[in-house]
Amino acid sequence: MSAVDTSSGAHDIRERFGFWRRSYAMVAKEFIQLRRDRVSFAMIVLIPVMQLLLFGFAINTTPRNLPSAVLLQEDSDLARSILKALENTSYFRFVHEVHDVDEFDNLLKSGKVLFGVEIPRGFERAVRRGDKPALLVAADATDPVAASAALGSLGTIVQTALQHDLYIGDPPLLPFEIRAHARYNPAAASRLNIVPGLVGTILTMTMLIFTALSVTREVERGTMESLLSMPIKPVEVMFGKIIPYVLVGFIQATLIIAIGVLLFGVPILGSLAMLAALSMLFITANLSIGYTFSTIAQNQLQAIQMSFMFFLPSILLSGFMFPFAGMPVWAQYLGEGLPLTHYLRIVRAIMLKGATVQNLQYDTIALATLMLFAMTIAVMRFRRTLD
Amino acid sequence: MNGTATSNGIAIDVKGLTKSFGGREVVHDLSMQVKRGSIYGFLGPNGSGKTTTIRILCGLLTPDSGEGTCLGYDIRRDAERIKRQVGYMTQRFSLYQDLSVRENLEFVARLYGMRDARGAAREMIKRLGLSGREEQLAGELSGGWKQRLALGACTLPNPQLLLLDEPTAGVDPKARRDFWNEIHALAAEGLTVLVSTHYMDEAERCHEIAYIAYGHLLAHGTVEEVIAKSALTTYTVTGDDLNGLAGELADKPGVDMVAPFGTSLHVSGRDVAALEASIAPWRARGGLHWVKSSPSLEDVFIELMTRSKDNFQ
Repeated sequence: MSAVDTSSGAHDIRERFGFWRRSYAMVAKEFIQLRRDRVSFAMIVLIPVMQLLLFGFAINTTPRNLPSAVLLQEDSDLARSILKALENTSYFRFVHEVHDVDEFDNLLKSGKVLFGVEIPRGFERAVRRGDKPALLVAADATDPVAASAALGSLGTIVQTALQHDLYIGDPPLLPFEIRAHARYNPAAASRLNIVPGLVGTILTMTMLIFTALSVTREVERGTMESLLSMPIKPVEVMFGKIIPYVLVGFIQATLIIAIGVLLFGVPILGSLAMLAALSMLFITANLSIGYTFSTIAQNQLQAIQMSFMFFLPSILLSGFMFPFAGMPVWAQYLGEGLPLTHYLRIVRAIMLKGATVQNLQYDTIALATLMLFAMTIAVMRFRRTLD
Repeated sequence: MNGTATSNGIAIDVKGLTKSFGGREVVHDLSMQVKRGSIYGFLGPNGSGKTTTIRILCGLLTPDSGEGTCLGYDIRRDAERIKRQVGYMTQRFSLYQDLSVRENLEFVARLYGMRDARGAAREMIKRLGLSGREEQLAGELSGGWKQRLALGACTLPNPQLLLLDEPTAGVDPKARRDFWNEIHALAAEGLTVLVSTHYMDEAERCHEIAYIAYGHLLAHGTVEEVIAKSALTTYTVTGDDLNGLAGELADKPGVDMVAPFGTSLHVSGRDVAALEASIAPWRARGGLHWVKSSPSLEDVFIELMTRSKDNFQ
């Protein structure tokens, strides 16, 4: 045939550049596949943007506007101006004014406030008399980062602020004593904060992945077709997929908490039964979210990518790595939508503060709501047919 | 058993089924009736809409238009009821490869709410001849055993209708024959079987067949009826240089199809007069032996397929 003749010269060239040709063929193929894989493509853009925005705007390691409560046992001009001065420092934001010690403790225990300022009865008169009374500032020190900056600068800041109001002399001499009390973690041991936090973080990661693959795996292996042809309902499939892993998660949680207690000396001040029950709720919530991803994703890779995109903000916005109270409001709203945020409050409150059911009502309800929300989406998204 | 379906003796009765995927019509205006207790063969080339039709029948797909009943239940509204009484064997092995034979069967039995799932699975293992393999993982079974297991799984909950999608693809002849004996035994027990296949010998083992191509149902009836209706005349030629002959005959008027069969050549056409006129010069020539025969099912199907390709593509 005539083609043999003309192609022999070209054949040499092909041989010579064979390495590049074949590499090019592979590169071109990979690019085409990458372009068709929408979720991977989204990850290329979303992950860096998300990281940058979260670190740049949402995360603040010197938190300000920390929610605080004041226990006013006396309503005097001096008390008011001290509070005003504290608020002016921009470290504190008084969101609750209470008149009862129990209520004060409850706010701290439930994590609704990070600071409490107590102005005792007869404070102003004692100041006038020169008795140097104590102004009690109680801090929730479970997260040492959030508490320490505010506590550390407390003395000087208050001093400067009050200088003007009180006409205290120079060198300034405070007519009262600020008694700072780092509650729950007086030694500011970061492991006391991190170990309970890790319980939640590890559970989030493992639970999401377990169920995120469950439905896509059936679709990819072809078993979904025969499963759908049998009389089983979407809710039944979901429960079947979630329940075994509740047990797995429970074992995992027990393991982490046991190590935390035995090896790191983290206390469990609250009820163990309540910790177990709420951990179970948290585990189920994460499993439901993973399962929801599984009903949305087209394949196992997409499911893992979705889990990852959920896990990243969970780490950054839940208060695990950085103080929750220090984040801007929009980031806090995002954080409220993550189960980890609520579980971190719960697990820290139970282990370190000895919180009770009443203290944790809000976070418990939030967790249950998130779980039911995810389950509803999953059941609605689950396709009963192959259409 | 429910009243309506048993009284008229029809297991599947659908009219005007149409289904499109992404703008491409896969099933077009398909109507069919399958009698209870019969084995109904579903034939057609790849991508002709067989699988889609079967999936519509068992409620896995909703038709864009058309209506009908399966076991007396409306295919649109009663998908859940249909699923309870239909066994569907998918084209690709769709049991759990990482479960053992016994575990797979017990899973199916439990899903259908059978009272004694273990007992039912044990009995089925015996019936399938899988005793001794019950603890083997399904993924480790050979093709033939996998197919037996799949059939066992879909007959386990005592369905009234079996939908088998190319159940014997890639299975050796012995296993295929055993499989068909089993299907006939099940039909004898009163089960209705709809089975899709590519194999002509399997089509001939069905009570009735339907031929579907490009989503259109082109022919249906018993094998004899389908052959008779095709009005095809076939000459079987033996002799020298059949290859050359095939090339020369292919585009002659009246010759609809030329197909080699081993050492012979099948020359077919619908218009007998035109066909005979065209082949006359070669018949007169020596070295070739011409026999007028009735067309085989395969001749009919290939002719239908070529014709439908011209019409629908």
